[in-house]
Amino acid sequence: MTAAIDVDARSIRRIALNHRLSRWDVRFSPYLYISPFFVLFALVGLFPLLYTAWVSVHDWNLIGGQGDFVGIDNYVTVLSQQYFWTSLRNTFSIFLFSSVPQVVLAMGIAAFLDYNLRAKTLWRMGVLLPYVVAPVAVALIFSNLFGDRFGLINEILGGVGIDAIRWHVDVIPSHLAIATMVNFRWTGYTTLIFLAAMQAVPRDYYEAAIIDGANRLRTFWSITVPLLRPVIIFVIITSTIGGLQIFDEPRMFDQAGQGGANRQWQTLTLYIYELGWGQRNFGRASAVAWLLFLVIILIAILNFAITRRIAGSTERRIRTKGKR
Amino acid sequence: MTVKRFPRTKFAAVVAGAASIALITTGCSAGTDSGTSAGGDVTLTVATFNEFGYEDLFAKYEEANPNVTIKHKKAATSNEARDNLTTRLAAGSGLSDIEAIEVDWLPELLQYSDQFIDLASTDVDGRWLDWKEKAATDADGRLIGYGTDIGPEAVCYRADLFEAAGLPTDRAAVADMLGTSWDSYYAAGEKFVSAGTNVPWFDSAGATWQGVVNQIPNAYEKEDGSIIATENPEVRKAYDSVLDASSTLSARLSQWSDDWTASFQNDGFATMLCPGWMLGVISGNADGVAGWDIADTFPGGGGNWGGSYLTVPNQSKNQEEAQKLAAWLTAPEQQLSAFASKGTFPSQIDALASDELLGATNEFFNNAPTGEILANRAAAVDVTPFKGAKYFAINDAMQQAITRVEDGLMSADESWAQFENDVNALG
Repeated sequence: MTAAIDVDARSIRRIALNHRLSRWDVRFSPYLYISPFFVLFALVGLFPLLYTAWVSVHDWNLIGGQGDFVGIDNYVTVLSQQYFWTSLRNTFSIFLFSSVPQVVLAMGIAAFLDYNLRAKTLWRMGVLLPYVVAPVAVALIFSNLFGDRFGLINEILGGVGIDAIRWHVDVIPSHLAIATMVNFRWTGYTTLIFLAAMQAVPRDYYEAAIIDGANRLRTFWSITVPLLRPVIIFVIITSTIGGLQIFDEPRMFDQAGQGGANRQWQTLTLYIYELGWGQRNFGRASAVAWLLFLVIILIAILNFAITRRIAGSTERRIRTKGKR
Repeated sequence: MTVKRFPRTKFAAVVAGAASIALITTGCSAGTDSGTSAGGDVTLTVATFNEFGYEDLFAKYEEANPNVTIKHKKAATSNEARDNLTTRLAAGSGLSDIEAIEVDWLPELLQYSDQFIDLASTDVDGRWLDWKEKAATDADGRLIGYGTDIGPEAVCYRADLFEAAGLPTDRAAVADMLGTSWDSYYAAGEKFVSAGTNVPWFDSAGATWQGVVNQIPNAYEKEDGSIIATENPEVRKAYDSVLDASSTLSARLSQWSDDWTASFQNDGFATMLCPGWMLGVISGNADGVAGWDIADTFPGGGGNWGGSYLTVPNQSKNQEEAQKLAAWLTAPEQQLSAFASKGTFPSQIDALASDELLGATNEFFNNAPTGEILANRAAAVDVTPFKGAKYFAINDAMQQAITRVEDGLMSADESWAQFENDVNALG
């Protein structure tokens, strides 16, 4: 008797334990599975972020290490430097020259790739090819195009009697040249994201629209673009962050890598590099890094608000149209 | 369905976890591979950049010292080596047993000379040119680097373009015409330009500035570290005179730019100041162009531009063996072999007097006796410019100031004002 009861009690306990384990499994396992990212992020993302803040309130030499606590002095000094504001301007200018045409172009190319093409995969992989090329190699190729005196573009312009453009001297041309490199590399990548989203649009919508007599352009504007809304928001936000952190292309644009004699194309990240590795002043470099972080946060919030409003209004328009 | 799918997610989680662990461990283990192996045998790591010409020498040293194994780490550019060195110096680990450094970033390292071992020894007394050794000695008299090569400057010129302009082309006659002062060098340029060949006289004001500033004993800083760059009348005078010459004589091609490199194939300019190591750059860029020659003179006296040192950081676990190797590599015989292999011009007194060096000629430069000419140029160096901790950054700002004027972005005065701002911002 007692033995039987014991066995029963044990098996009940075992069942209860199994029960509990499986409940824990359901409850906690997902967190365990996604934890590697957060552990990694804490190590290589969050910690450097906070440590940079710590460095930015000290005198800090690259080799000498930590010096005196100086409070917000580094921020004050950096904000009073003309080069900080020049590089902020350049960063935005290059970002606009690269992101706006890139999103428009990528959307167009994606729309074409979405058609029933022959050798579909070939074309789709083709747009990603420039992305495979290392930025340094891109810079080498484009520096031959954008040479001030012996560059290909200026040779062609000279051939048709137009004055040579001073790509490495004047502000706007230098930004255009750098934006071209960025676009060359990233347009294909953005295109594939758009393409993936377009593939998810139910084909019935298009069929219905075509039966109603809508042409290709109309279906693109009235069906594809509105349905791409979340992806457009995603692309704009990620390209903003990437665009504000642009480094490789302007750094490789000339041999000195400082953004020109008058800082014509120095971006904020280049400025950080100059302060940190050129002048060995890690305190000030960290201060600029944090200012850049704040700028990105600010722009991301602004971006999000604007894109949501725009996207929201299109959605409302579609809905009201549907009612009519 | 669920049963089938479960193992796959689990597998993915395991992979993700393993990948993150792998990332962390590899991140931490980088650069801890130096040190002594178990058998008492020594492994020495040597970090250099560009071309030091040491490949054959390492094999020879290993043969003579069977207990030593040498591992060579070669960085592509000196900037890369500089970033690597300073980062690992800051981190406190990961440096090689011997680290090569360039004279331009030597001053900022001298501030932390206690991070390098004192290499002074009776064995190497009097081995180097005075000024070469002095530059690597800190305030307490500790020698932190053994000198490798130097960059004595001469004037390289295009004999074919000189001929087209009706100027003398013979090496000795050209040296006479160029004279020994900056004024005579510019005057020869005016003569060349007025001949109407439509070729500028020199490549850029920035390159010319490099020659001028290396003849000013205290251009930017006093020995006590105070910065005088902006109020030094000598600097302002040199700045004005270089820019004045540039307005009629310069090709305005800033050195190392793609346009500058391409200009060697397009008759971009007729002369340039050339330190020894520049000869290889010219013959590479101007491949197939006939007419380059080198004159045994330099405006304003002698000048040195560039050169390197071998140091042994405190981090080295084999300091004694490393010092021995560094001393051997920089001995006159070995330096001559490096010169033969890659053209790095020796800084050792004995090497400079050797027949092997003095007999060396360069086919590309019309078979000029480059060994003899550069040895003469090295002997003509009589000023050791003082370079303090901020030298690199200030000279950089000055180069940009000059470029701004050459590019027509600012007047000389405006650009000088900006230079003052830049120097003040260095703090």
